[in-house]
Amino acid sequence: MLQRSQGSVPNRPILSVRDLRTGFAMRDGFVAAVDGVSFDMHEGRTLAIVGESGCGKSVTARSVLRIVERPGKIVGGEILLRRKDGQVDDLVGFGQDSKDLRAVRGRDIALVFQEPMTSFSNHYTIGNQIGEMLRLHLRLSQRETRERTIEILGRVGIPSPERRIDEYPFQLSGGLRQRVMIAMALSCGPRVLIADEPTTALDVTTQAQILDLLRSMQQQTNMAMMLITHDMGVVAEMADDVAVMYLGKLVEYGPVDKIFHAPRHPYTRALLRSIPSIRAKPRSRLPVLQGSIPSAVLRPTGCPFHPRCEQAMAGTCDRDMPQLLPASNDVEVSCFLHHPPESLSTTASGVAS
Amino acid sequence: MSDLTARNEPADHQAVYIATQWQLMWWRFQRHYLAMISLFVVAAFYLVAAFSGFLAYADPSASEAYRALIPPQPIHLFDETGWNPHVIGFERIRDPMTFKLVYAPNPELKVPVRFFAHGFEYRLFGIIPANIHLVGVADGNAAEVIHLLGTDEQGRDLWSRLMVATSVSMTIGLIGVSLSLVLGVLLGGLSGLLGGTVDMLIQRLIEVVRSVPVIPLWMGLAAAMPRDWSVLQVYFALTIIISLIGWTDLARVVRGRFMALREEDFIVAAELIGASKLRIIFRHMVPSFLSHIIAAVTLALPVMIISETALSFLGLGLRPPAISWGVLLQQAQNVQAVALSPWLMIPVIPVVVAILAFNFLGDGLRDAADPYGH
Amino acid sequence: MTDFIARKLFTALVTIWIVSMLSFVIIQLPPGDYVTSYVQQLMNSGTAVSAQEAEALRAQYGLDDPVWVQYFKWITRVLRGDFGVSMEWQRPVADLLGERMLLTIIVSLSAILFAWAVAIPVGIYSAVRQYSLGDNVFTFVGFLGLAIPDFLLALVFLYFGYELFGVHLGGLFSPEFQRAPWSLAKAWDLLAHLWLPAVILGTSGMAAQMRVMRANLLDELRKPYVVTAEAKGLKRSHVILKYPLRASLNPLVSTIGYLLPTVVSGSIIVSLVLALPTVGPLLLGALLSQDMYLAGAIILLLGVLTVIGTFLSDLLLMWVEPRLRFRRIA
Repeated sequence: MLQRSQGSVPNRPILSVRDLRTGFAMRDGFVAAVDGVSFDMHEGRTLAIVGESGCGKSVTARSVLRIVERPGKIVGGEILLRRKDGQVDDLVGFGQDSKDLRAVRGRDIALVFQEPMTSFSNHYTIGNQIGEMLRLHLRLSQRETRERTIEILGRVGIPSPERRIDEYPFQLSGGLRQRVMIAMALSCGPRVLIADEPTTALDVTTQAQILDLLRSMQQQTNMAMMLITHDMGVVAEMADDVAVMYLGKLVEYGPVDKIFHAPRHPYTRALLRSIPSIRAKPRSRLPVLQGSIPSAVLRPTGCPFHPRCEQAMAGTCDRDMPQLLPASNDVEVSCFLHHPPESLSTTASGVAS
Repeated sequence: MSDLTARNEPADHQAVYIATQWQLMWWRFQRHYLAMISLFVVAAFYLVAAFSGFLAYADPSASEAYRALIPPQPIHLFDETGWNPHVIGFERIRDPMTFKLVYAPNPELKVPVRFFAHGFEYRLFGIIPANIHLVGVADGNAAEVIHLLGTDEQGRDLWSRLMVATSVSMTIGLIGVSLSLVLGVLLGGLSGLLGGTVDMLIQRLIEVVRSVPVIPLWMGLAAAMPRDWSVLQVYFALTIIISLIGWTDLARVVRGRFMALREEDFIVAAELIGASKLRIIFRHMVPSFLSHIIAAVTLALPVMIISETALSFLGLGLRPPAISWGVLLQQAQNVQAVALSPWLMIPVIPVVVAILAFNFLGDGLRDAADPYGH
Repeated sequence: MTDFIARKLFTALVTIWIVSMLSFVIIQLPPGDYVTSYVQQLMNSGTAVSAQEAEALRAQYGLDDPVWVQYFKWITRVLRGDFGVSMEWQRPVADLLGERMLLTIIVSLSAILFAWAVAIPVGIYSAVRQYSLGDNVFTFVGFLGLAIPDFLLALVFLYFGYELFGVHLGGLFSPEFQRAPWSLAKAWDLLAHLWLPAVILGTSGMAAQMRVMRANLLDELRKPYVVTAEAKGLKRSHVILKYPLRASLNPLVSTIGYLLPTVVSGSIIVSLVLALPTVGPLLLGALLSQDMYLAGAIILLLGVLTVIGTFLSDLLLMWVEPRLRFRRIA
């Protein structure tokens, strides 16, 4: 089992997302919510995708399982899943409701949703809703399903699971419901777990418990985990790698300690400044990021962040689009401060000549 | 996604920001084509209702046995000489087998039609005496020679009766709905405003009224109207009876709106700065749900019209000599009669068209009533 | 759970009580009382009735008592199954009503069954294929169904049946069965005739239910639990059938509460047009001839039947809706 602290990157990712583009067909054109995103997920490691609401992080998570709601649609890129036998499948190539894709959903890649209140149906018992997955993917019998469900409910820390299994979601508290959600996601032993803001709807103490649970489950199963969050505190506590997302694009991507200690993109810096610190001067104001995220419909020209960027360079940032390029051996950043447009053109011309 | 197209042009974009609530509603309403068409249809119906005397050309109650069940005669606007509005006359002949009177059209007999002709005396809007009619004949009695939609068993002119019936049926719905509105706003408002026991009692009352089959009840009430009441007395008693059908829906809308608005920030804010209860209701609450009320009223109107038509059709509502759609349809109760004279079914058309138009209009208004909704 | 049943039962009983008072008011409403009308009727048929005899009759029926005592006497008689005597038919009201009431129930229930049998699949189709051609067509048909009053629809059916096929639609039995005792053949004959009133009465309800079903399912389809179910790897059709459909059917159950009164109401008028041997024509006749014991009994029974039907639908709702079953007693 891999140790988180080692920070060593196994070279064969279990899930590779390449240049993913997902958008929504609107009445007057196409709105890109995810615009060319690439990242890798590795066994036993946690990738956090951070950003403000509306930056496309949830759509990214849902795109991986191809469950973006209509009128959303993946229009480009690859989602490469490495099977246990080493074979690699591109999920984008599968049909929307195809047998191949359905076999991946819940079995290889499972999802924990943000809203434990509404993510369950209130018309069936939790045992029914978990069990249907076991029967579907593992072809267990009625009795095995029940035994397995009780066992999983116990493992995620639900007291007296043999009684709870017959209860309905509305009879459980928010924290318990999120535990049930995790139990459901883990029931078929997925190799990739995607947790979409798993603690946002919960109170603070429950948040910590749920994060602990996710971490210990990951240690037990060595699965890869994607954590979608807007909370830098959660990132610091959970993640191995961080991808910072702004308006459908990654602006900075790399190991968590590198990014926390030496953030390069102005947006990442602004996000980190807004974490309340225990060492902050008393009664000082928490720095806030000015302005709000522009809508994907009225996308600014040039770097999407330039209208809010304190270091924006007129004539460059508002005109050209920066690319996500290596800034050190393991950090990539998309900013003209680190890759000035001249150096770009010179390297390009150098290659050409 | 309220209006993405507006975002493309800055001028429109500005307009959306400064538009009043009513402008937004109007824009939204215009996008509902069926509702827009229905708006014109409903307006046309009320125009007919207002000018029924002018549109009729024969005294709707004048009956003559010798012109019973004449088939419709369409107006021909042109003949070989050019503009010459006329109807084709007919000859009465006895069927040699059955000895029944039948009407045979005779193309030689052209009855010239005049527009804005003088005819029988009526009162415009029930007050102004007048005798001008849309169509008529140059000399003599129009009732004798023109029968645009034919005549009924008593030889009364169906077109003229239909015009008058439209005015009666459309207004009875309007008066009925006004009474319903008073009841509904009063009880729904009390329920929503006071809450607690009053709310509970009124809610139970609504539940009770809704769970009882109303038609037999109102049939009972209608049947209890004394036989010797005048047309006017029956008319008003009937409006009251049918208004008792419609108030529950309106009360529910009003209560629901009151309940929702009580929690709204701007109402809470008004309360906090010490605005009086009356001011809050009339300055803040009523304007914000007026549109919902208008929509609910529009949807209640067809229910009223159907109720009146049904009760009159059964002989429990308006009774001859009064004329309404229901009264006209009484003649269509007998299939054999209708099979021989299908034009007796014509009054079905305005009833269905009016009800459809009101439903589409109400539907469009209900959508538009919430211009900020998705 | 118990408080839900208790509340519904209480409402049902109160409703029945109010209906009974309304029915009594209707009996009392016409000018004069039962004896006046009765004496009038006897006079018309040539039998002279003296003032003393009339008084004796009045005393016998308790017509000199205060109104509430009369109501009390009437309702106690009703509870014992004695609805009084029909003036016009000179027979006990209960005898007149028996079979007609049964047929009213059969006609109303088959109308509701028809409404559901069409509305549910069409509603599902319309929601899943929103804004498709089929959806638009069904929406228009739905509005048409809502707009045409059922008795006019009956007239139109009768007219076209007669005009195009030369058949006289209407009635619930073929002539040879009309007075025959019940048998399998008669029941079959009834079924063969039942479709027309069921379709006519059910149409407006069907149109409304279709809209409700479509709107509910559209709402449910947008809920997060649908995505959860899809993320499990279930087939989309399976997801729709198991989760959102189930959730959107429940409100439909609760609409029996208002569907039933409208269908029963409608059946009165439609029965007249189609000449169905239900209580409809009997009620109209009774009202027109001011045969008030008969009219009052019919109104009371129709009300009670609807209330019972609504109460049963509430129980059904509780059975299918777990949140109601497990609600804590407040």
